Amino acid sequence: MTAMIDISNAEKTFTMHLQGGVQLPVVRGVSFQVEPGECVVLSGPSGAGKSSILKMIFGNYRCDGGRIGIRHRGNLVDLASAEPRQVLSVRRDTIGYVSQFLRAVPRVATIDVVAEPLVVTGTTRTEAREWAGQLLRRLNIPERLWALPPSTFSGGEQQRVNIARGFISDLPILLLDEPTASLDAANRAVVVELIDEKKRNGVAMVAIVHDDEIRHLIADRIVDVTSFASVA
Amino acid sequence: MAEAETAMQDNDGPLLTAEGLGKNYGRLAACRDVSFVLYPGEVLAIVGESGSGKSTLLQLLSAQLAASAGRVSYRMRDGVMRDLAALGEAERRFLFRTDWGFVHQDPALGLRMAVSAGANVGERLMAVGWNHYGRIRDTASSWLERVEIDTARIDDAPRTYSGGMRQRLQIARNLVTEPRLVFMDEPTGGLDLSVQARLLDLMRNLVSELGLAAIVVTHDLAVARLLSHRVMVMKGGRVIETGLTDQVLDDPHEPYTQLLVSSILPA
Repeated sequence: MTAMIDISNAEKTFTMHLQGGVQLPVVRGVSFQVEPGECVVLSGPSGAGKSSILKMIFGNYRCDGGRIGIRHRGNLVDLASAEPRQVLSVRRDTIGYVSQFLRAVPRVATIDVVAEPLVVTGTTRTEAREWAGQLLRRLNIPERLWALPPSTFSGGEQQRVNIARGFISDLPILLLDEPTASLDAANRAVVVELIDEKKRNGVAMVAIVHDDEIRHLIADRIVDVTSFASVA
Repeated sequence: MAEAETAMQDNDGPLLTAEGLGKNYGRLAACRDVSFVLYPGEVLAIVGESGSGKSTLLQLLSAQLAASAGRVSYRMRDGVMRDLAALGEAERRFLFRTDWGFVHQDPALGLRMAVSAGANVGERLMAVGWNHYGRIRDTASSWLERVEIDTARIDDAPRTYSGGMRQRLQIARNLVTEPRLVFMDEPTGGLDLSVQARLLDLMRNLVSELGLAAIVVTHDLAVARLLSHRVMVMKGGRVIETGLTDQVLDDPHEPYTQLLVSSILPA
């Protein structure tokens, strides 16, 4: 097997204890694979469970059943049953995640927010900042903003900072949750370009995109999430 | 950092283990059957409301309180795991003075309020055998800088400092001996929000730069999210839920954890 991601029969149900223990089934029987250099786009209406699946692949949501197989340093790791330390190791060396919103740390400069994933894996700060600057420039964030913390930026600017931070590492798996949602046409085109570069480098990607045009441009395959609907 | 990260990812031995730890006060069980393993470079948050047993647990873990049940083992610098209850007095002193730090919520408990800031930091160095005044002063001064205290204030007593400065000084005093494990009890409690943010950012950087392991007791989930890799939720003296910090906070399973998470006021 060469797949980077191999999910079989994963399922997720939320139990809302504060609402009298209501069970909210989200997805079941989730099964698909992603090969290196391939971008799989999850499709389905709002609430179908696309983001939940992405969070399960990242180990952020816990699975109630099934397997989330991730190829990590040559071995298959099941994130559904992995120890916290193992999940952290997979996130550092294997899986990157571009969330919809930036969770910024107060006081940290934009350039360092973007450079951090590289610094954590051992790149010198100077070199990491250089790469960060190149990405920010491509994403049209003016240099005068780089020294400021991104918390005061507009929604679109914050999203571009988030994208730069997500794309800076050379991780073999990248998860994208609506990476182009609040971007203008020029910046959407940059993101499409960045995704193409990742494909050429053999990165396996799973994305959620609502924009039909972008979906056509980046998707190698579409996985319809409604087929995983949980029947309550 | 790189070294600590490697230590964390490889199957290196644990730094501290707790097995079946408990504490009774008469018939009241303040802490029951707590077991976990802490690895080098790992930051663990213990969350829960007042009376949940989290501060008792911190005292048990840091050998300030004798356990009624169970035991705590710690990997000494020679690599041998030792039962804390069986340590001799000299070894215990070594841990408290050098290998451990303890950051109290109230800086007055961790500092000597009437002596200068420089002496507060220098004292920990003298306790481990430093005796060159100039070197002690230089090191103290560089630590004040690291925690963003104006070095012109080195000869002032912490009595004259603001709450945020006192807390940063307490951190400098603890970290100057390069401990491998730091215990923190509500380190941001009682500070203004803007002062908290600065302190958290500083602690987050220091912990990752120095590859420190830390056990942080807090009732503030934002502090847990920003500082910790893993979290343990306590209620009624027991650990009711544990896992990666973002898992527990974004996908809480236990009723009490869901209540805690849903009680956060949006900023």
